[in-house]
Amino acid sequence: MKQTQTLNHPLDDLLRTDRIPHIWCPGCGIGTAFSACLIAMKESGINLAKTAMVSGIGCSGRGAGYVKLDSYHTTHGRAIPFATGLKLANPELNVVVFSGDGDLFAIGGNHFIHAARRNMDLTVVCVNNFNYGMTGGQAAATTPHLARTTTTPMGNPEMPFNLPLLAWASGATYVARWTILHARDLAESIEEALQRRGFSFIEVLSPCPVNYGRRNKMKPMDTLRIFKEKTLIKNNAQPTELGIDFERGIVLGKFVDEDKPSCGELYDKTCRPSLTQGTAA
Amino acid sequence: MEPAVLTGEHYMTGDEACAEGALAAGCRFFGGYPITPATEIAETMAARLPKVGGTFIQMEDEIAAMAAVVGASCGGVKSMTATSGPGFSLMMENLGLGICLETPCVVVNVQRAGPSTGLPTMAAQGDMMQARWGSHGHYEIIALSPSSAQEAFYQTILAFNLAEKYRTPVLIMTDEVVGHMSERVVIPEAKAIKIVERTRPRGRKDRYNPFEPGEFGVPPMASAGEGYNVHMTGLTHDERGYPDMSVECQEQMVNRLVGKIRNNLDDIIRTESHRLEDAEVVVVSYGVSTRTAYAAVEEARELGIKAGMLKLVTVWPFPERQIRELAGRVKGFVTVEINLGQIHLEVSRCAAGLAPALLVGHCGGTLISPEAVIEAVRRIV
Ligand code: SF4
Repeated sequence: MKQTQTLNHPLDDLLRTDRIPHIWCPGCGIGTAFSACLIAMKESGINLAKTAMVSGIGCSGRGAGYVKLDSYHTTHGRAIPFATGLKLANPELNVVVFSGDGDLFAIGGNHFIHAARRNMDLTVVCVNNFNYGMTGGQAAATTPHLARTTTTPMGNPEMPFNLPLLAWASGATYVARWTILHARDLAESIEEALQRRGFSFIEVLSPCPVNYGRRNKMKPMDTLRIFKEKTLIKNNAQPTELGIDFERGIVLGKFVDEDKPSCGELYDKTCRPSLTQGTAA
Repeated sequence: MEPAVLTGEHYMTGDEACAEGALAAGCRFFGGYPITPATEIAETMAARLPKVGGTFIQMEDEIAAMAAVVGASCGGVKSMTATSGPGFSLMMENLGLGICLETPCVVVNVQRAGPSTGLPTMAAQGDMMQARWGSHGHYEIIALSPSSAQEAFYQTILAFNLAEKYRTPVLIMTDEVVGHMSERVVIPEAKAIKIVERTRPRGRKDRYNPFEPGEFGVPPMASAGEGYNVHMTGLTHDERGYPDMSVECQEQMVNRLVGKIRNNLDDIIRTESHRLEDAEVVVVSYGVSTRTAYAAVEEARELGIKAGMLKLVTVWPFPERQIRELAGRVKGFVTVEINLGQIHLEVSRCAAGLAPALLVGHCGGTLISPEAVIEAVRRIV
């Protein structure tokens, strides 16, 4: 009889394996985005014992529950302010926010723009699946115009956010967008962001076949085909050109990468120069 | 570095005394948002915290302020925020997170008259039931209520000590008058101040469970970055912090959260009494209204009426047993509070069938006059 061999997954040491199977649906892209994030953390060489993940609520918000690091699954939309408190309390920590578009940009939109404005030292990974998956597929602040969701049964009358533009305009010092098909670029981007000081934002386009895809005539493979055929990598593209249009095409790449002092550094310099002089690296 | 404890005699407002109490208790993070009449707490913290090695941040709203405070506490730093009615309403969401994640922190509500924007610069005590039940779900809360600047100083230290000991948010329910009135405040030497720190985990890091109860039913708390791989969630969770959507887990978690307060009432509840020994009428009060109650009791005694005062230092958990015991031997109760009957409801409930309970209250904006209290006292005797 053939012996079955159990192979350990290379990310096992970063996973709460006792919590697997995860809740994500077959065909969902969140798992791919999540593993890209874990790969980036591993590859970056940052001290993982000093790394925390914070999530809000939603399908992507479950990320914090699966990572074997200090991890906090907080309230809806509040991952960023929670992470802000955590980071300011212990500036040694690398703090990664992993959450979805509904969480970060509708209910949490105000927190996002202010954290970006402050250049808070956080790495924010947003899985954008164009709708609220967890609650059954309602319209989000990212749902394309005319797309169908359970709360836009005649098509979405509203216009969506252009997330990289919003991040850039708010003051983020690192902004990139990838899809889950571009897992390598995505992991590299997150890795780079982890090494940057200040507010980094990475948008990951991801299929939600169960809710968004089903109502918009997109089978799992259709969404991936769009991600493959309708995307164009254009680093340093103008943020104003980054609106998502499934017909005309979607621009991916790294759009912003500036080195500016973070919120914590500016606080030290402005408010407690005498206390931090000796300790600054 | 400046001293964190401003030992000496001062003339300061209740808001400033509250901030100094926080610094003396070891608070090193304040996340806030300006609001009358609590702004001076934020202003004092903004000026003082960086000089004692702490961090102040003005957040974008009170939702964010409360979230940041819970986050900072998970990072291992004693943290606080201060607000008033409208901001207190916004904080309820993440106050619940703090309760569920068992995060020590202190929330000050310098009460003003509501509902809604109400009378921003005028005192009230209308948020007492919101303090008790304002966040969703069933939980227990600890709430203190100082009546002077000196008490604001000491009760803020007490609030931090209780928060750390019981791993829970603690509320300080002060009001516009206490917050803005300047009074003499004596700050003792640092070594004379008793400070409680949260229990830290011991033993193997990989065996640590963030919600496994220890002494007093309170789990030891590890901070982020210490290598414990802590997981916390606002979902119903087991001792490992893992979500468990079962009725059994819900029952176990909520019962323990409630139990760690209910099983330690003797340690938590603090009241002060004045002339209660032979009292026939008990005037129950808290916060600024105890000043009215005190004056009324003194005047009543001069009129030959045996009145006494029960002052609630901790309003929540409510001193049920004490009220019941008194109800068995006195002619009645008069509750004095600047609302139309909140703590009065509790007094009535506990005295029911044993003694009548009257309310002296109004809609807010001014203090209550001792005359109104004496009139009610007369109706009982
Ligand atoms: S509902 Fe959509 S986003 Fe949520 S797990 Fe399923 S496929 Fe993924």
